[in-house]
Amino acid sequence: MSLDYTNDAELSKKLIEEVLEAYPEKGAKKRKKHLNVADGKSDCGVKSNVKSVPGMMTVRGCAYAGSKGVVWGPIKDMVHISHGPVGCGHYSWSQRRNYYIGTTGVNAFGTMQFTTDFQERDIVFGGDKKLEKTIDEINALFPLNNGISVQSECPIGLIGDDIEAVARKKAKETGKTIVPVRCEGFRGVSQSLGHHIANDAVRDWVLEKADVQWEGTDYDVVIIGDYNIGGDAWASRILLEEMGLRVIGSWSGDATLAELERAPKGKLNLIHCYRSMNYICRFMEEKYGVPWMEYNFFGPSQIEASLRNIAKQFDETIQQNAEKVIAKYRPLVDAVTEKYRPRLEGKTVMLYVGGLRPRHVVTAYEDLGMEIVGTGYEFAHNDDYQRTGDYVKEGTLIYDDASAFELEKFIEGLRPDLVGSGVKEKYPTQKLGVPFRQMHSWDYSGPYHGYDGFAIFARDMDMAINNPVWGLFQAPWKAA
Amino acid sequence: MSLRQIAFYGKGGIGKSTTSQNTLAALVELDQKILIVGCDPKADSTRLILNSKAQDTVLHLAAEAGSVEDLELEDVLKIGYKDIKCVESGGPEPGVGCAGRGVITAINFLEENGAYEGVDYVSYDVLGDVVCGGFAMPIRENKAQEIYIVMSGEMMALYAANNISKGILKYANSGGVRLGGLICNERQTDKELELAEALAAKLGSKLIHFVPRDNIVQHAELRRQTVLEYAPDSKQADEYRQLANKIHANGGQGVIPTPISMEELEEMLMDFGIMKTEEQQLAELAAKEAAAAN
Repeated sequence: MSLDYTNDAELSKKLIEEVLEAYPEKGAKKRKKHLNVADGKSDCGVKSNVKSVPGMMTVRGCAYAGSKGVVWGPIKDMVHISHGPVGCGHYSWSQRRNYYIGTTGVNAFGTMQFTTDFQERDIVFGGDKKLEKTIDEINALFPLNNGISVQSECPIGLIGDDIEAVARKKAKETGKTIVPVRCEGFRGVSQSLGHHIANDAVRDWVLEKADVQWEGTDYDVVIIGDYNIGGDAWASRILLEEMGLRVIGSWSGDATLAELERAPKGKLNLIHCYRSMNYICRFMEEKYGVPWMEYNFFGPSQIEASLRNIAKQFDETIQQNAEKVIAKYRPLVDAVTEKYRPRLEGKTVMLYVGGLRPRHVVTAYEDLGMEIVGTGYEFAHNDDYQRTGDYVKEGTLIYDDASAFELEKFIEGLRPDLVGSGVKEKYPTQKLGVPFRQMHSWDYSGPYHGYDGFAIFARDMDMAINNPVWGLFQAPWKAA
Repeated sequence: MSLRQIAFYGKGGIGKSTTSQNTLAALVELDQKILIVGCDPKADSTRLILNSKAQDTVLHLAAEAGSVEDLELEDVLKIGYKDIKCVESGGPEPGVGCAGRGVITAINFLEENGAYEGVDYVSYDVLGDVVCGGFAMPIRENKAQEIYIVMSGEMMALYAANNISKGILKYANSGGVRLGGLICNERQTDKELELAEALAAKLGSKLIHFVPRDNIVQHAELRRQTVLEYAPDSKQADEYRQLANKIHANGGQGVIPTPISMEELEEMLMDFGIMKTEEQQLAELAAKEAAAAN
């Protein structure tokens, strides 16, 4: 059902020239490499994953955000300590709407916030003792926690605290998994390094140490890189289960520590967010021989293709089941498309998200007749852009690590019917008179994955674009 | 007279604390009111003035009380020999935490709580190596106006003196800190006085005083006293008096140092025969081998 269209390459080029003109020579030279117009090349021809240019007002996050906010935080039966001064923990409180089943404060801790609340004396005298005390208090107050992770904030690395020694000591004392994560915010150029560090911590402190007794089946799969935002992972796993597969773990949305530990026993790792968790998949392939494949559960075209691709890794029964699942949901897809496509047909969209969605959601929009005129990543690497070329049409504006200024200029120039980005971009965009949806948090909605998610996605985009408010912003004294 | 802030820097073990305390004890005789701020986690910068090691450092009391805001100045300000006021910043035990941040915290506390009121001199005694920004605190932000580098004729002491000059140069234009001069604490190495004077000249500064070696310093130290207190009539006490006079007269005479490159420094050492050239070393080696072969 993929749409056939091209974008105005000349306009895109002109917009790039215009924003570059505003920069000093040195800045313009650097930024030029991050902006391009899709021309059929698979890697989009942009440079990525390098230090942001000073003064650019980048919207990137830090390594702590990547580890605590993305990878570790959703693991629900572990307590994640924001180790350092209180601010980082306070502002990452409640996670990213990673839904979970459990009783918060009893056997699940996702929306709670734990911090060692560093004071001046902890900086001067070191914080290892305080960390030990915090771990003891957590174990006394929340005895049903199955483990603890220590998410390092910047000062931990600066003063050289030995959190690994504390973790080893406390793990020995309590018999629980205690994971020190060296995700100090100053490391790397964006949250992306935090994902990598977090993956490495899973490798070194969970997988390498776990001794799992597990009765497997030939149909065991693990969902990797689905953080269950607004229930995404639930909408995904039901499709896999209806196909006859057994989902033995969900990394890390709605996950337990046990799900992480038993992942090497699975037959196939299915990776949704490639950017944040490809590292651990490569490790599991190398060390335990578990193959991995990418899939895309945004919009019916990609879901169908993905279900078939996944089924191909298994026997004929599963393949037939996949067709049954696709047929089962066809009426739902048709009903959604019939209702919303006429309202959304031909509408243009600009995206600016993290490391996966700028490409992964493209087809979902196209399934509704919408056209992507510009897209870009905050923290993608070259291998992400290599995966993007096939998604975007010629003439599409591509922007890597875009600044607030560039986004505003691009929105003004392209005047899309919808912008999908984060909360920092939301209000400036709406003030420009352009409809907006948050594509990190699903704007307090979701799920957007799977067939169930597609119905909600279509409704949300319609609500944003066709909201009557956009016809009311003409000043009354200027009317007629 | 306006407040003069000075600081003593130098290689670890060179005798900074001993020299500074003896000099300041002599400075009292010029009717100067003095505050010593020890910026070393070991907290031994005021031992000779207080006749005992300071027990209550700013940071340890702050850690006990909760934070530095919970402290009163009286808690940490001790009065020693001839009313010299003494404070030790203190800090963590070796290998943990951040002593540099501790120095910053302690100095800010002292300033905010009026420790500098009613004194003529504030003297900072900073641990050997300026390993991070915290230990550069006294030369930053308009704190010490003059830095005195304690050194000797030993190679590493000369290296350190040159390095500290680089630190002073870095902050000289933003904060107004100046190099007051070098103080040579005699180690009885070859051509020590000449070397010290040569380095001082290279740095665009001067050798303020050459303090001769005298065991009486150690005798006084064993009794936790300065020479001025232990043997006020000794020749060595007079040396410190001379140094104190020179420093007192040196107000506003500091310079922006001109540190030299490692190559220049090594060349200078070779000129004085302290360091051998490669040719010399090879020649010696060859001679040795030839001797062994016979």
